[in-house]
Amino acid sequence: MVASVKKRRLGRQVSIVGAGMSHFGAFRDKTSRDLFVEAFQDMMDTLDQGIDVEDIECGYVGNYSSDLFEGQGHTAPIIADWLGMTPAPVTRIENACASSGSALREGVMAIASGMYDVVLVGGVEKMTGLPTEGVTDVLATAADGLYEVPAGMTFPGIYGALAKAHMDRYETNLDHLLKVGIKNHNNGALNPKAQFNVTIRQMMERRQARAEQRGETVPAWKDEMDFLNDPASNPWIAWPLRLYDCAPITDGASCLLLVSEDIARNFTEKPVQIAGMGQASGRPLHDAEELTSLSAAKYAAAQAYAMAGITPQDVQVAEVHDCFTIAEIIATEDLGFFEPGEGPRAVDEGRTALTGDRPINTSGGLKSKGHPVGASGVAQVIEVFQQLRGEAGARQLSNPNLEVGLTHNVGGTGGTCVVNIMRRG
Amino acid sequence: MTDESREFNAASFYEYLKEGRLMGIRCRDCAHLSAVPRPLCPACHSRGVEWHQFSGKGKLSTFTCISIVPVAMAEQGYGRDNPYCSGVVTLEEGPRISALLLGVDASNPQSIKTGIPVVLDLENLAQDKPRLAFHPA
Repeated sequence: MVASVKKRRLGRQVSIVGAGMSHFGAFRDKTSRDLFVEAFQDMMDTLDQGIDVEDIECGYVGNYSSDLFEGQGHTAPIIADWLGMTPAPVTRIENACASSGSALREGVMAIASGMYDVVLVGGVEKMTGLPTEGVTDVLATAADGLYEVPAGMTFPGIYGALAKAHMDRYETNLDHLLKVGIKNHNNGALNPKAQFNVTIRQMMERRQARAEQRGETVPAWKDEMDFLNDPASNPWIAWPLRLYDCAPITDGASCLLLVSEDIARNFTEKPVQIAGMGQASGRPLHDAEELTSLSAAKYAAAQAYAMAGITPQDVQVAEVHDCFTIAEIIATEDLGFFEPGEGPRAVDEGRTALTGDRPINTSGGLKSKGHPVGASGVAQVIEVFQQLRGEAGARQLSNPNLEVGLTHNVGGTGGTCVVNIMRRG
Repeated sequence: MTDESREFNAASFYEYLKEGRLMGIRCRDCAHLSAVPRPLCPACHSRGVEWHQFSGKGKLSTFTCISIVPVAMAEQGYGRDNPYCSGVVTLEEGPRISALLLGVDASNPQSIKTGIPVVLDLENLAQDKPRLAFHPA
């Protein structure tokens, strides 16, 4: 934890009154604008009282790289046009995988400043138009192009190096990483919007059934761990990370309607308040303070806790940036949920499961829900919004007194981290 | 110490590397060392930085063996069946840098140990974009 940060406050309070997302997955014929329209319509359906699109005064769209993924720059006004928002001002925010976390922050500040009362924030990414090698190259542009990429570093590679350092320093092992993936798929199987709306055991059993149907030798996996330890089903990506340690390549969009708290009940009886926000920047791994932690996450968390006036122990539900399984373990330590090096044991003990005392990534996380990079930060907030309102369906936490949730959204390999704390309003 | 007058940027870094020299900066005000050149000291923000030649000796601090490779590495023959090793090296003078690790069996990561001494690899530097690489000492 960071010793002390300045306690900042908003000029006025901001509420989330609507939240919606597209289905996450691979949609060959859909572009960013189509995905965003789907998220917008889903959001509009959550507003009890509805709203005329003309009454949305301003917008911020998180998007990492429509330029490289789709050959389309200047995405925000196109989306505004497709929503019918023109001529309202809209701005694209780019902070790699934290783009929509930052877009949300900009939207909150726009209202807190007093300039606007009703602001749309969201994020979108259309990634599946490129082959895997192309996506790897685009994601690598979030690292240092002068001193990391020429050293052969990829996005999974840098997290692989973080994982190796964590394994060297603590008792972390490969099984801990796999268990994070199994847990997140168990949650994602309960999320109808998830790209992989299926448990890893179900994936294993489907493969066995398919082999049997085709008259092929049926792989003799006895359980998920057996399946995940088979290099044929779970190949290396960037040792010590395998395929099932990595969030998938995803198309998707997410959006929220933010309003000044004093008018929140004009839109819904169940607003969710922005209680704390933090954002920080960090340096490349070779210049990082530690090789087992993301300093930006610690600074962002300290800011958000200070603004909200809470401690890590007060957080009842959290969505953290599990772009890789090791990233979830490190996140739970950086956020102060567990001591450094204790994250893996918490996974072993089931503490981060849906039924644990510290549920993490109830949505399925980026791993199972999918990771359309520019949309992920706001999609995390949507899960917390639904949990706090008791609307998370089969994933709803059993705690009847859910009040406080947190999101942790990382850009690149820790160059940016955004932490938001939400409170039932 | 050196009286070189090249600009403190990546073009100079890679020009020096072609000459077989690992050149970063030292701050005249606070003595901070950085393995990559930059015009402002990252520790005290002073403009008073000067070139500093590193010995090219260090230790492997962490690494990964990459099987899903970027296009540029695929062109060099790396891929699923021929992974490469990339990591973070802590130079003997203190700063760290990201680099390729050659001369190890990237198909068998368990055979690669963190903490091993490594040295700057001087092979294949005479190309347009020389790659920063180390190998076990």
